[in-house]
Amino acid sequence: MEICLFFLLHFRRHDLLESGEICSHTLPNPHSHICLDDSLEWASPLPSILPSLPRNLLHETTICRREARPAFPRWVFVLLCRLSYPQPRSLDQKRLDVLTLTPWLAPIVWEGTFNSELLDSAYKPLNLTIGVTAFAIGKYTMFVGRFVESAEKLFMKGYRVNYYIFTNDPQVIPRVQLQPGRSLSIVPIKKYSHWQEISMRRMEAINRHIAEVSHREVNYLFCLDIDMVFHNPWGVETLGEMVAAIHPGYYNVPRSQFPYERRSSSAAFIPDSQGDFYYAGAVFGGLLKQVYEFTRACHMTILADKANGIMAAWQEESHLNKRFFSHKPSKLLSPEYVWDDTKPKPPEVRLIRFSTVNKDYKEIRD
Amino acid sequence: MDIKKVHIVIPIVMAGIIGYLGTKIMDIKKVHIVIPIVMAGIIGYFGTEIMDIKKVHILIPIVMAGIIGYLGIPHISRPSSQPVRQVDLDETSLVISRMSYPQPFVDKPQRTDVLLMSPWLAPIMWEGTFNRDILNAQYRQKKFVVGVATFAVKKYVRFIEGFLGSANKFFLSGHRVNFYLFTDHPEKVPSMKLAPEKSLFIIPVQNYSRWQDISMNRMDIISNRIRTHWHYEVDYLYSMDIDVQMFEHIGVEIIDTLVGTISSWQYTKPRDSNSYERRPESRAAIPSGEGDFYYAASFYGGSVSEVYKLTTACFKGVTEDRANGIEAKWHEESHLNKYLLYHKPTRLLSPEYYWDEELPRPQIIRVKRLSSVRKDLEEVRS
Repeated sequence: MEICLFFLLHFRRHDLLESGEICSHTLPNPHSHICLDDSLEWASPLPSILPSLPRNLLHETTICRREARPAFPRWVFVLLCRLSYPQPRSLDQKRLDVLTLTPWLAPIVWEGTFNSELLDSAYKPLNLTIGVTAFAIGKYTMFVGRFVESAEKLFMKGYRVNYYIFTNDPQVIPRVQLQPGRSLSIVPIKKYSHWQEISMRRMEAINRHIAEVSHREVNYLFCLDIDMVFHNPWGVETLGEMVAAIHPGYYNVPRSQFPYERRSSSAAFIPDSQGDFYYAGAVFGGLLKQVYEFTRACHMTILADKANGIMAAWQEESHLNKRFFSHKPSKLLSPEYVWDDTKPKPPEVRLIRFSTVNKDYKEIRD
Repeated sequence: MDIKKVHIVIPIVMAGIIGYLGTKIMDIKKVHIVIPIVMAGIIGYFGTEIMDIKKVHILIPIVMAGIIGYLGIPHISRPSSQPVRQVDLDETSLVISRMSYPQPFVDKPQRTDVLLMSPWLAPIMWEGTFNRDILNAQYRQKKFVVGVATFAVKKYVRFIEGFLGSANKFFLSGHRVNFYLFTDHPEKVPSMKLAPEKSLFIIPVQNYSRWQDISMNRMDIISNRIRTHWHYEVDYLYSMDIDVQMFEHIGVEIIDTLVGTISSWQYTKPRDSNSYERRPESRAAIPSGEGDFYYAASFYGGSVSEVYKLTTACFKGVTEDRANGIEAKWHEESHLNKYLLYHKPTRLLSPEYYWDEELPRPQIIRVKRLSSVRKDLEEVRS
């Protein structure tokens, strides 16, 4: 029987106050405390990416140690009461059939590798808000209803979520009933004539939106395709600094067959002999600041290609793959998190959490 | 014209030049260059010996060389293609883009005999699961300084040379490390030549009559030192026992916010058999039915702020226990285990990272990176 008393947020400042003040005596601020992991900057309700705001205004701490940032600012999960769960055993690998850790030590999230209850008990008290962007341009507005309805049941259940639906036609977006703590905002956006252009402009739009709006509202952001539906829970096991998802069509294929951009004149070029995984453009996300940097970098390479009159093989997905190759993601989602319904389900994929909706591409892209 | 065998050399040389430039700029594979060379060779041989060579036949390899050149030249005359790829590439990605390593396959796990991730998604370091070159490339750019705190009190000074000598070679090789050696006999510290990125700081400490007290007070000393000095000096801090030697590289895979090492004595045991402190009177008590792993106090660490919290909390437990006249079963290790149960480490080190010399090494421990030194415990602790 587990008695869950309560879980307290492990606020680092709070802890230091208890354990005795640490005075950084070279600074005049009377409320000096050690400023700890800079990850706190982004998880507090008011993160700001504007470089002009000095850090000490954000959370009343001053720091006189070397200007450095931990390589992997991770949350230390704190449990303050008993939680009953099976013991992890060193010799007992849960998934023998799949890769669960990349060569750069990013976890690959598969069913069976994590304990949702444990993660929820650590994350819920943090009062996070998670943002979701999705683009519904032209005929793609027809997917919004199913997307949001299924997300309400299965995406980050129990957490605050803000949906940002980017569309050129706000009127046709259906009003979906949302759970408490969740909101939907419509972001008007221009419609370009070619679907490829629409696709590639997403990076720029997300980047701009972060700078203008979402940096005030969310801690983590996921950028998802709208023409998809949630079938199974998608929870906080997906949260990380920078998160990418493995494309369902190429997860057991040699790297020379990945549909990377192969023309060296493109900024998204990856040679035959290189590459880790082929990541899906339909799902990426992470800490807000990282997503801001990521979308900025992708947009820069897209513009560079434009200047050279070249368009990458798979539009922004090629640029996304290039970026993730040179700046490796800190967490990977298995194809459970981005599945293609037209594919038969292999044994490795035990659960399909998020998957495409069948559609006639010709009809909706015109 | 008077075609001599000598003239066949011309298209071959042209193809060679264009091939050389082409492979530098474009994705011309070496194979493509062979074609005109071979053709020129065949025409030259058959033409002069058997066939009726006409001037026209010599044009063929020249035209082919021309085509390959045509495809290659636009890339020479488009300097913008170079800076475009350089856009936004920092040092790490430049290094990574030049690296060659085997592809990680999603359906081919590297190790199936051991657990690679905790249920809270903290990676567990085992040989064969990571590529240190990639990790080094990611780490190097950040210019971190790592500190190592170690204590050589009373007779333990005899282990200093072995520790420092092997750490100098195997611990975070090529990266900046400050070794902080606490000792009650500073004069007995041998002078050692360390690698340029490694520094040694000798700090005098008091010794205690009981070895258990020496061991437990380490937490207090570390906690104080962080507050007064280390939070200015280092980003990451690790506490290690002195009576160890390293035999294999211990690299940047250990760097993370809060890191514990799984004990080599107890990595196979069910939680209720682990040597946790069970008496509820002690602050280190862990009730039965709880526990993840049994962590070894010989090697733990993390970011300087997390280690501060850990050592402060553990020593607080030690002090409260002393006030209540109780001493935890495994001293500060019991308190460490309690702390790490409720403050989950963000990364775990397998028993490869601290192997007790008394144990026979099974197959799953492919590499013994750090191991305790054989000693007579009674003698050295007296």
